[in-house]
Amino acid sequence: MSILNLDHLATNPLLPEVQEAMIEAIKKNYGNPSSQHQLGDEAAAALQQARERVAGLINSPVPKEVVFTSSGTESVNHAVKGVAFANAEKGKHIVTSNIEHNAILRTLRALKMMDYKVTSVPVDEYGLINPSDVADAIRDDTILVTIMHSNNEIGTIQPIEEIGQITQEKKVIFHCDAVDSVGVVPIDVQKLGVNLLSFAANQFYGPSGVGGLYIRRGTRIWPLLDGGVQENNKRAGTENLIGIIGMGVAAELASQEMEFRIQHARKLKQTLTEGLQNRIEGILINGHPELSLPNLVSVSVQYIEGEGIVLMLDEENIAVSTRSACAAGALQASHVLLSIGRDFADAQGTLVITFGRDTTEADIERFLEVLEEVVQTLRNMSPLYVKAMQEQAEGIALS
Amino acid sequence: MYSETVMDHFKNPRNVGEMKDPDGVGEVGNPICGDMMSIYIKVKDDSIDDISFLTFGCGAAIAVSSILTEMAKGKTIDEAQKITNKSVAAALEGLPKNKLHCSNLGADALQMAIRNYLDKKAGIVREEPKRSDKHEHHHGDACYCPYCDVEAVEDSPVCVNCGREMDEAH
Ligand code: FES
Repeated sequence: MSILNLDHLATNPLLPEVQEAMIEAIKKNYGNPSSQHQLGDEAAAALQQARERVAGLINSPVPKEVVFTSSGTESVNHAVKGVAFANAEKGKHIVTSNIEHNAILRTLRALKMMDYKVTSVPVDEYGLINPSDVADAIRDDTILVTIMHSNNEIGTIQPIEEIGQITQEKKVIFHCDAVDSVGVVPIDVQKLGVNLLSFAANQFYGPSGVGGLYIRRGTRIWPLLDGGVQENNKRAGTENLIGIIGMGVAAELASQEMEFRIQHARKLKQTLTEGLQNRIEGILINGHPELSLPNLVSVSVQYIEGEGIVLMLDEENIAVSTRSACAAGALQASHVLLSIGRDFADAQGTLVITFGRDTTEADIERFLEVLEEVVQTLRNMSPLYVKAMQEQAEGIALS
Repeated sequence: MYSETVMDHFKNPRNVGEMKDPDGVGEVGNPICGDMMSIYIKVKDDSIDDISFLTFGCGAAIAVSSILTEMAKGKTIDEAQKITNKSVAAALEGLPKNKLHCSNLGADALQMAIRNYLDKKAGIVREEPKRSDKHEHHHGDACYCPYCDVEAVEDSPVCVNCGREMDEAH
């Protein structure tokens, strides 16, 4: 039986059009886009075409503002470290939020060891940031505000446009980590008012190993990789042309199909959320009910731990992801779930279900059916559940 | 990730459930990831006649509880007291390094259940043992990474050996 992929955030298949374009690119044996001779010309043209397609996806008016990188992680590192290093004389203070991705958290952790100071703003129970908190956190020596567009654990989408207005007024550089949003929901860098925006191809059915960083003209930033003059002097190293071509095709398809993909995902999300609520007692749906990614459902199943759920679903050929501490490399509870007020035990049973354009209503039904059984099996083993049921029974007996 | 034995015990756990009128109960919490396990025993003629468990934890923790009940069942109290984390992990054909702490849960819960039984028999009433939430140092002055057991570098937020994040106050 084929595997039902409900972990699209981690693994998105390459679209056939993307595969074809990449295979063709391999066969063509492109030269080096930087060369002065004919071999380079064709490569440079292919690179330019991909850049225009990607710029179109984020509505960047000048394709040059898109820099290709090796991943969303590199883009984030480039944006944050690049701004921090280039503006150190002005100040060493950075504003961020409590629910950023590890790529941001760990980059900031490294900067803290170089004497940078970080202020992190809180989120409410839905994972939303209050823009006025960001305004209050900005000081004279603030050189960067970095806030994610959407969260990969709960799906909540932040009021980036409002934050962008604040940073523009206060003349602070604004980076938005939009890795989980670009290609999934409409992103317009002009409207958002960001200086920098990170994204990755594999989130929209492009290849892994290719990312992008939008750098608005005039933004003071250093390269992360020094060397040659590639990418307009912003990112040295010979381009991963085959991957970039794949990203370009994926970007164009994402632009064209965006409306359809969103509609489709919204329906599935509704079926899934309602199904969970109707079938399983003792669950908490995480994230904002409206301001959130259409293709992601985050649910905390009370009394049980997520790794067990994932393993049992895997036995049934269903792939989902968990935010349990036991499954995290560092064995720590998710900072995102704790930030929205989940307690430790509830965070342990958290699943993140992400679907794609090929996911069907029948897939969701099947998932719900299997999950219901798995949850009951694990709950029957859980001391927390057994105790909760006893307390409930006693309560009923008393009343 | 897990051995076949672990997967077998995880998928078909033995001796699941709460026990009515147990002779000894051991309840422990996991200091690293916060999970918990309860072990119940019935003793007859100084041997473990029946044993069962409840576990809130990962696949490894469930497998540990399950195999532990098999290992302890039928053993005399003396023999059962010799069951350690190491012997549980070995019976499971090994656990991934970052899951070794889950085997502590099992052996600790069993030993606590046995102590609880012996106390009751001797008429000793002890204060309820509390779960310890702290990561305790079991070595001398130096700090060691809880995942790979290599000595930690002072002030480093990550283990220089395995790269895992450590508690700020390691
Ligand atoms: S019980 Fe948490 S990692 Fe095993």
